[in-house]
Formats: sequence, structure tokens, C-alpha cells
Amino acid sequence: MKYVEEFRDAELAKGLAAAIKAEAAPDRIYKFMEFCGGHTHALARYGVEDLLPKNVHMIHGPGCPVCVLPVGRVDEAVALATQHDVILCTYADLMRVPGTKYESLIKARSKGADVRMVYSTIDALNIAQDNPDREVVFFAIGFETTTPPTAVAIKQAQKLGLNNFSVYCNHVLTPAAMRAILGAHTPEGAPPQERNHVVLDGFVGPAHVSAVIGTEPYEEFTRDYQKPVVIAGFEPLDVMQSILQLIRQTNDGRADVENEYARAVTPDGNVKAQKLVDEVFEVRDEFSWRGLGAVPLSALKIRTAFAAFDAELRFNVDVPDPKENKLCECGPILRGEKNPVDCSLFGTSCTPDNPMGACMVSSEGACAAHWTYGRFRTELELEDSA
Amino acid sequence: MNAPDRPPQKPRGNKPGSRPLDLKNGRVDMSHGAGGRAMAQLIEDLFVGEFDNELLNREHDAAMFNLPPGRVVMSTDSFVISPLFFPGGDIGSLAVHGTVNDLSMAGAKPYYLTAGFIIEEGFPLSDLAEIVKSMAAAAKDAGVSIVTGDTKVVERGHGDGVFINTAGVGVVRDGVDVCGDLAQPGDKILVNGTLGDHGVAVMSKRENLSFTTAIESDSQDLGDLVSDMLDAVPDIHVLRDPTRGGLAATLNEIAHQSGVGIELSEDAIPVRPEVKSACELLGLDPLYVANEGKLIAICPADKADALLAAMQTHPKGKDAAIVGEVLQDARCFVRMKTQLGGTRMVDWLAGEQLPRIC
Amino acid sequence: MCHAIPAKVLALGDDGMADVELEGVIKEVSLDLVDGVELGDYVILHVGYALAKLDPEEAQKTLKLFAEMGAAVNDGAPA
Repeated sequence: MKYVEEFRDAELAKGLAAAIKAEAAPDRIYKFMEFCGGHTHALARYGVEDLLPKNVHMIHGPGCPVCVLPVGRVDEAVALATQHDVILCTYADLMRVPGTKYESLIKARSKGADVRMVYSTIDALNIAQDNPDREVVFFAIGFETTTPPTAVAIKQAQKLGLNNFSVYCNHVLTPAAMRAILGAHTPEGAPPQERNHVVLDGFVGPAHVSAVIGTEPYEEFTRDYQKPVVIAGFEPLDVMQSILQLIRQTNDGRADVENEYARAVTPDGNVKAQKLVDEVFEVRDEFSWRGLGAVPLSALKIRTAFAAFDAELRFNVDVPDPKENKLCECGPILRGEKNPVDCSLFGTSCTPDNPMGACMVSSEGACAAHWTYGRFRTELELEDSA
Repeated sequence: MNAPDRPPQKPRGNKPGSRPLDLKNGRVDMSHGAGGRAMAQLIEDLFVGEFDNELLNREHDAAMFNLPPGRVVMSTDSFVISPLFFPGGDIGSLAVHGTVNDLSMAGAKPYYLTAGFIIEEGFPLSDLAEIVKSMAAAAKDAGVSIVTGDTKVVERGHGDGVFINTAGVGVVRDGVDVCGDLAQPGDKILVNGTLGDHGVAVMSKRENLSFTTAIESDSQDLGDLVSDMLDAVPDIHVLRDPTRGGLAATLNEIAHQSGVGIELSEDAIPVRPEVKSACELLGLDPLYVANEGKLIAICPADKADALLAAMQTHPKGKDAAIVGEVLQDARCFVRMKTQLGGTRMVDWLAGEQLPRIC
Repeated sequence: MCHAIPAKVLALGDDGMADVELEGVIKEVSLDLVDGVELGDYVILHVGYALAKLDPEEAQKTLKLFAEMGAAVNDGAPA
């Protein structure tokens, strides 16, 4: 696969691993957060951490839109499917996310709700056209990468005059989440000049979010928090190169936005996509994120001009008070404060087969990634040190 | 066969007063499952007509036979695949291949199969005929006979076209003891060819995933390959076909049954470029995608080269490869050295997202 | 979820759709989010849409950078 396999080359990986080892100062620990779930997945799936020196720690961030979807929103989607005779179209990742009382879309389907997995909003539009006498709701989630396709779908529905298609909008914004994380790590009420005492040394910036929003939105983090951001492609060599660049910046005391993924990310990003999103959506005052709590100006809702396609206006649903398992540590894990193994539910009652929280449901969630790819490493290390 | 002499068979063909089956435009209706004349005609003209063997032609409810000496092996399987027809096969050929392969994986030579059909009212007879013809061809190719069966019809909306259930019977040759709990640390793990073909071929026909590919299902009978393998290395420890859940699920099962660990080498695992790219597009991992014409063999390390050679000389094993080895590991982890040089787990819990793949 | 992959544009439709190819697998995707796509271009695909064009020159530059990083260590020179 062109432009893919070359970025997975083992020889180049060895070279980058050696460079990282040479430049990582042995007398300190580096803590970098990879914001995006896709990077968490890449690290785990290729075993990149085996090639890094022990003093370089990768902290898994909340960039998994499935993981940060609040329980209450899952409950509403389930309610839409069960309390109204809608065809609920969803990306595959959402099928097994547990809501309150562990209800999920896949369980709702087993009880008769018409829930259908789609690969694209295009499929959902087709379903709406093929079923003119049924209401079709598309369960929209995702960061800035996934929002433009939803914008296109809504405009397309308008163009086609579809009156049976609506969107349940849960799109969220990356810079706001990064702000919340950095804010969480700043001492309470610390003045700007003290903000560089944040625990994290830097960010591996999202790949395809950046292809859409460009590099400019990250400048505020380098400026206000004095932390470097290196935007990285999704292939393992991209991530390794970015880690190398972060180590360099940290050693040099720099805090710049660097773009490792220049083959797909430009400083301005995809302006056409940005304009489309701006036309269809506006920013919500506040949105609750699993693990981060209420984050201001962090999510999108459908503009009144397109209110006809807003499922939240079209349907009323009855949902229980949202409840999460008290022992679930998804919150601290999403904020990079704890590791999956620090959660008492991890591997005992919470496994990918029986997920208690969102970090375990999505394959990009820190817990699922560790369980699926990494848990043996911990055990081997324990064994070695015994 | 030690059966006593039987009177000559009655001539087959249209019974007086009945019209021939309309295989072109006709559909299955409730009378075809009711036990009456219509059902008898369906069975005789279609099933018996195509499967055509001495035992079945007697049209008794049960088949009576003797088997050559040796341990008897029996298996059962049900087929609910959707869509019914896919590149490289259909539910009929799949049913035969799946059943004979189950027997081959026990080291047995398959002899006889049963075939039970649950057909939905309204199912086109032309499709049914095609499926039955396909089964007959697959059975002939595999050297087995379908000797007894059953037909049921369910009301429209209560089935999904057709479901098939099979059972198979075979005999294991002396000196062969193949079982999931016999893998030993140090053993080598081999596969006979590329992984993920069947799953991708079937997925390409699923409406909501539409992509075009030349990939065909690898659905095939592995009996003759297994026979050659056992000739070359009689003390193969484990044989298993990685169907649902792919290589990952099967190796995890074996690891747990044998109480061992496994380490794979990603570079050694054969996957077609098109299967790799289809999986990339869909966000799937080829290690978890179903196969219907592949096997895993686990044998002592000093026999691995001989086994590989035997496999590679057979047309169904030309892409065979040694993909890993068995380790001492009380936790029964399956791990893999990635193409990058790092290590990852290959866990069996990340199951296939797509239903009705087999 | 942000999973995206580069694919080559094989054929352009007139309804904003295009056929793209990845190692022999062909998929129909939407070009509604990217302008100026031509036959033979590589696009980054996400949930059925092209999100961006891949810049082949930058891709080569990045690969060269990887090689240089590794080589610098072998030469013993500080990178």
C-alpha cells in the first residue's frame, strides 16, 4: 500500500529508535500525551513502546470520541431507537458502548430496535431515501475529522428535500479538550507564568483532525502553556519521529508547533471543510465529556437554519438519570492521571467482552488498547523484576 | 459394504398426476415441508437427484453403513451465511467444505455427511437448485457422500432464505493423534496459505460496505492436503481450521487448551495485499477475519521443515509458511513480533464485528 | 475512529463521487470536501469521504527525514 507501508519500515524504525535513545537525556523522565485514539492504537498495535527508552512515557489522551461520549448521550441514543420507531444509523464503534444500567445499542437491537451499522453518512442518506415512510436518525460523533461528512450529509438531505432524515449531533472539538487537560494539570488559580509546571512535557498532535483544522489552532498551547505540540501521521514511523522532535524541543526548552504530517496537513487545513462545518453547526455553550466533566465551548450543535434535521428537536425521549459505575476510573484515565491498571475494575469485571466504561469499549480507548495489546508486557515486567 | 442384497431400485421420475418441479420460476412453499407428496417430490427430484449415491438413493429415513476399521470421528456444523452466494462459493459448497474440514482437522478421512435444510417459504427453487448442485459437486470433489437429510420449511419472515445443518463421519488412521490440547513448548506453527480471504470476499457483498475486489473465498476441502501432511509427519500435534474469529481466535483456543503460550512473527504471516487493504479500509485486522480453506498445523520443531515442504508441494499449500512457535507460558498469552520489531498481544476477545460470516 | 488511509483516484464521477483504489480494492467515495482532485492523485479517506490530498513531495521528504535521523546516530554525530 503506497504511502502506508513505507511508513512502517522496520529498518527505519530501528534508526529512529536509536536516534530517540541518543537524544533522550538519561537523567530525566519525558511524559508526552498522544491526544488521539488513533495514535494510541498505532502505539499498541505495532508495539512501538518496546522501541522507546524506559524514561519516555506515553500518556494516553482522551482523543477517542467514543470514549468521551457521556453516558447520558448514549442513553438518549438508545431511547431514540427504542421509544420511537426510527431506523438508528450508527458507526460500528458505538454499538457496544454501555449507557446507564449497561444498556447499549446492540442490546436494544436484540430487543427489536432497528439499529443499523453504517460505514458512512452516505449509507444513512441512502437508507432514508429507500425508506420514505420511516424516520431515519444518524448518530453523529467524532472530532473535527468526522464532522465535515456530517455537514455534507445534512446539506445533501436539504438538497434532496428529505423530510425523514435527522442527526443526533455529538461532535466535539479538539483544542477545547486539550485546554481542559492542560487546565486540569495546572495548579489551581496559577497565573500564566506558572503554567509551565504542568505535568506533561508535550503533545503528539492529532493527524486527521489537523488535516481539517490546520496547525494554527495549536499555537495557543505552545504560547500559553509553553508545551511543544508535534502533529503526527498515524503510521508508527510518524509517531516515532514526532516523539524524537518532542524530545528535542523539550531538551532545548522550546515550545513550538511542528508538523510531522506535512504530506496531509497544511497550516490552514481544509478550508472548504471548515466552511461547510461552520455553515451547518455552531458551538454549544457547554458539553459534558466523560472523564473531563463539563467543558465550555467544546462541542457542536446544529444551527437553526438546519433545525429540520436536528434529532434533538424532532424527538422527545425519556431517559434515566445518567449513572456511571462508581469504581470506573475512565475519568482520570482519560485525563492522563491514571493508567488502566490503576482501575480496580480493569481485567476483573471490566474487559472488552463486558465493558463497564467507554475506555474499554472502543479499541482506541486506553484500557482496551492496554488489555488487547499490552497487558502481557506488564506481567512480563513483573515477572522479570521478581 | 456388507449390506444384504436389495431388490433393484424403483425407477425415478414423475409420479403419475404430478407436475415436474419448476426449477426456473418456482418457489418453495409450506407444502414442501409438510411431509406430503410435494415434499417427497422436492427431496427426490432435487436432493436425491443431485446427491445421488447408493445410500441416499434408498430413501430411508436413516442411512446404514459400515466404516473401515479405526477410531470414528463425528462432527456437526450449521451454516447461516449471508449472502448465500459469494465470490468463490455459496452456502452449499461452504457446508460441505466446513464439515469435511472439521473431520480432517481431527486427522480423519471423511466418508459420510448429513444435510438438513431449513428453507424459508418463498425461497426461489432456482437458487435452491444451484445450492444443491454446488453441494453435490463439492461432495464429489471431496470424495464424500451425503447420505441422509431433512427438509423443513418455515413461514415467510421466519427464516432467512435457507439455513443448512450438517453432520459428518470419518475415520482416523492409526498412529495419528491430533488434538487441541497437544501443543508443546518448542513446537512450530504453520499455515497452508493466505489469511482473511473468505471474510473479505463475503464482506465485499454486504450492501452497506460496498467495495469491489477480485478476492474470492478460499472455501475448499482440505482432506487431501491433510492426508499428504500426515504421510510426511504422522506426529502432527494439532490441526485446526481458523474459521470465525480467524487465526487469532483459533490460536488462543489452542493456547488455552494446551496450557501454553504462542509467539507469532508478523512478517511471516501470509496475507494478500488486497485483503490487507480491504481490512485497512474497514478498520479490521486480518488476523481476526474468517477463513474457510485454511488450516493451522502445530508440529515438533524438528519436523517443521519436512511438513512445510510437504505442504508447499500440494496445490492447496503453495503459500504455506511457518508463522510462529509454541512457548512455555502459564498465562497462555498469544503474542506477536510486529513488522516494526515491537511486540503486541493477539488477544481473542477483539472478535469479528461482522455477523453471519460463516 | 479517526482512522483514515491514503488511496489513489481511479475515476472521477460527475456527481461529486469518485472511484479510489487501494492495492486492487476499489471503493466509491465522496469528493465533496476536497477541490481540485485529479486522476492519479492520492487522497486521505475517512468514513467514505476524501478529507485531503496527499502531497507526494512532502511524503518523500518525510521518509528522507526518517532515514537521516537514523543515519546521524550511526555516524556518531549529534543529530
